Amino acid sequence: MLDERSDGLPGKANPELERRAQRRESWRGFLHAVPAYVYLIVFFVLPLIVVFVFSFASRGRTGRPNLEGWNVDSWTRLTEPLVTTIVTRSVVMAIINTVACLVIGYAFAYWIATRPKLSTRNLLLVLVLIPFWSNFLVRTYAWRMLLDSDGYITQLGELTGLWGRLLFTLPAVFIGLLYGYLPFMVLPLYAAIERIDWSLVEAGRDLYASGTRAFLKITLPLSRPGIIAGSILVFIPSLGAYVTPDILGGAKTTLLGNFIVTQFGAARNWPFGSALSSAILIVMVLATILYFRSGARTI
Amino acid sequence: MTLHEGVTTGRRVQRLLSFNGWLVFAFLYLPILVVVVFSFSGAENVGIWGGFSVRWYERMLGNGPLLNAIENTLWVALWSTIVSTVVGTAAALALDRYRRWVGRGTFDAVLYMPVIIPDVTMAVMLLLWFTQIGLPLGRGSIILAHIAFNISFVAIVVRARLGNMDPAMEEAAADLYAGRWQAFRRVTLPLIMPGVLGGGLLALTLSLDDVVITSFVQGPGSTTLPVHVFGLIRRSVTPEINAVSTIMVTASMVLVFSSLAIQRRE
Repeated sequence: MLDERSDGLPGKANPELERRAQRRESWRGFLHAVPAYVYLIVFFVLPLIVVFVFSFASRGRTGRPNLEGWNVDSWTRLTEPLVTTIVTRSVVMAIINTVACLVIGYAFAYWIATRPKLSTRNLLLVLVLIPFWSNFLVRTYAWRMLLDSDGYITQLGELTGLWGRLLFTLPAVFIGLLYGYLPFMVLPLYAAIERIDWSLVEAGRDLYASGTRAFLKITLPLSRPGIIAGSILVFIPSLGAYVTPDILGGAKTTLLGNFIVTQFGAARNWPFGSALSSAILIVMVLATILYFRSGARTI
Repeated sequence: MTLHEGVTTGRRVQRLLSFNGWLVFAFLYLPILVVVVFSFSGAENVGIWGGFSVRWYERMLGNGPLLNAIENTLWVALWSTIVSTVVGTAAALALDRYRRWVGRGTFDAVLYMPVIIPDVTMAVMLLLWFTQIGLPLGRGSIILAHIAFNISFVAIVVRARLGNMDPAMEEAAADLYAGRWQAFRRVTLPLIMPGVLGGGLLALTLSLDDVVITSFVQGPGSTTLPVHVFGLIRRSVTPEINAVSTIMVTASMVLVFSSLAIQRRE
């Protein structure tokens, strides 16, 4: 940028000078990144590697990793029935939550993105963003209160006979997850839908496509980047959710997140906890690659 | 993007979409409202209205461990915000202003991971690492952990602002013989300031609200407010929790709103 000829006259640049200027530019860019680069290596990348390495360590007397007897015991434990039950439950919950967020979130994002006035769209978006970044713990706690056995929702359920006590069951965990992660889905979807060139849809309609067909063949494929990004942003945190199942779930609704925490607490098995975490990390790294390729980076 | 007249969905679909829209907003806000309202209820029982009262707030003021937790929270949030704002802004500049340097692609991807990673995994990683390198757990380790996730959020917000900025401004400054630092100080920084402040406020909010990572890397006596409250919730639900929750959620909503308002400023 800055090393372009600013006088606007055509002229042959000295290739040697140009190369030197380029090298200087790339050096400057690197220098700007150094603090964050070093920090993330020391407090993110190395810890990530350590978790992976410790998953092969043996368990010491206090539960901490013993760095001598290397083995794959923690990884083979992943196939135990108890573990596969929890893993399957977590994956199923994460999928259900992602699909529910996608369906509700799509209709919601579409509605916001098609408001005619820009000021309306911006206002509605801010109203989504506020709970998005607000205190997650309190928002989950609110449901603990709402679903309490003598709360109004339970009374309504008993009155109509449609549901019994929800607190400490999987449906309660599902409500909590949906509530917690819905905004994660709405934002990328909104960004993708708002960018759609509506004249394409118009052209489709002119060529006698029905409203449904135009939506399925034009709008939906064009919002694909948002669908992918939103699904990743909901699926990964749901998979490792801890606070929600801990507050709203019970003993029979243990999810992967709780199970990992137990390994570092009561169960005192750090290597096994590391193996479980590594499994999530592998999914996360793959998802990050997919996220980048989706072309919709909205947060 | 302007909407075209020809693309009007059917009236019934339109009505369904609006209905869904308002339902989602109710879903997002009503639970928070319920907590706020019931924090002013005098009843001992949480879900029952017992007349207006501020007794739970009064009781909070005399709660020693709670006040200590608040102090820890503010201290941690202050330092992690300052450091991550400076470091995150530099990272955003590196990615937006300089197109080619060693490791740029990897850096870009790694920068996004703390945003996507589940809290539990990040917590486990940092706990293992801190115990491995022999770092004593306490306020210091909490600050280090918070900086680790906040850098990414600040960088993303600032980068969005930089992306909307006209590079011609900086070139003009350079043409007028401004040095690198002068051009940054007088031209770039004022222009990206809304992004820097917005990112900083977001970092502050995330630091004030974090539960899982903090609960793993805290030491004796360094508990923060959300971790303390989390412990209380796990034991039993009391009206006092409503009062603390109201304060926490109000603080974070005000901060988020300020962050968004500042970012949108031209």
